Amino acid sequence: MRRIETDGQNTVPALLHSKTVSTRGETEPNRESRPADADDRTDVAFTLEGVRTGFLKCVPVALGVGGYGIAFGVVARQAGLSVAEATLMSATVVAGAAQLIAVELWADPIPVTTILLTTVVVNLRYSLMGAALQPWFDRLSPTQAYGSLFFMADENWALTMSELRSSPVDGRHARGAFLLGSGLAIWMFWVGSTILGATAGGVIGDPDRYGLDFVLTAVFVALAVELWEGRSSLVPWLGAFLAAVVAEYVLPGRWYVLVGGLVAAGLEVMRYDG
Amino acid sequence: MVALATASWPEPRLNPLVVGVIVGMVVLTYATKVGGLWVLRRLEVSERVEAGLSILPGAIVIAFLGPELVTGGPAEWGAAGLVLLVAWRTESIVLALGSGVGAVVLLRAVF
Repeated sequence: MRRIETDGQNTVPALLHSKTVSTRGETEPNRESRPADADDRTDVAFTLEGVRTGFLKCVPVALGVGGYGIAFGVVARQAGLSVAEATLMSATVVAGAAQLIAVELWADPIPVTTILLTTVVVNLRYSLMGAALQPWFDRLSPTQAYGSLFFMADENWALTMSELRSSPVDGRHARGAFLLGSGLAIWMFWVGSTILGATAGGVIGDPDRYGLDFVLTAVFVALAVELWEGRSSLVPWLGAFLAAVVAEYVLPGRWYVLVGGLVAAGLEVMRYDG
Repeated sequence: MVALATASWPEPRLNPLVVGVIVGMVVLTYATKVGGLWVLRRLEVSERVEAGLSILPGAIVIAFLGPELVTGGPAEWGAAGLVLLVAWRTESIVLALGSGVGAVVLLRAVF
């Protein structure tokens, strides 16, 4: 087992942390106590145990992703993609909403520019979500961080935020590999269900019938409960809510996630008074 | 799954143009996934901006849920309320998830 941590000097700007990553042995009895105003970040470990825990905790959620995967497989076939092409897309793009919208735009000839532009628009929210992981991912090596992000989807991002935020327990190190593990579960179910939907989709029917379309909403509601920090959350959350609802009316795709996040962050930056 | 895949792929049909579009989607999607972190690792962020970043997780979650719930109906609202309650009392995502999905199926049958 290997773990990565910074040298505990909290005066070093966050930027430098990533450059001064060092590996140490497993036991470390005389750890320097940190000053009271030390950041509330915890040390981050990238371990096989983290991958396994992430994978197992994500399986129930990945079932919901499987519902979307079946839908994607069906729609992709109707749009004229072969089973191999649909599977290739799911295995390499790994972005449910963007893929569903892309195959809905699919036509003959293929509207390449429209599809690629839409992909960016629908996926820009991922940049914001990746940025939210920065306090922990700063402490991983570039390979670990950028490799894990390939497997980031809405669902396992939510689980990972919840996991990392609750991690300073019993001095345990935060599971930096949780995003990778949970992402592998998502990936397996996503690719598997795409194949299922593309080959036998007509037999299974509408996944909404089993409530699978509600899984993502449920995960996010549960995460909201965890993220609530009392009255200080009220103003930014109201801002995010209103901005997202309005943006959903006037903008295409998933721009509303980006707009909501940015408006709330902007509000917070303006309200900041040291 | 492997058996299914081989059984259903007598001759994988991969159109070069389709593969090209997929490659484009892969590159752009991956760029959006790593872009935010990549920029933050290279920028010196002031405390003011840090304060803005710190509320991103909650804001993103609410931005997801806002339109979802506004466009939903009584079944979704009721199930979301139950998830809220279960998550708050038990702090278990699995329990919250299970009760929410169960509730939405039942409530949709009613409404």
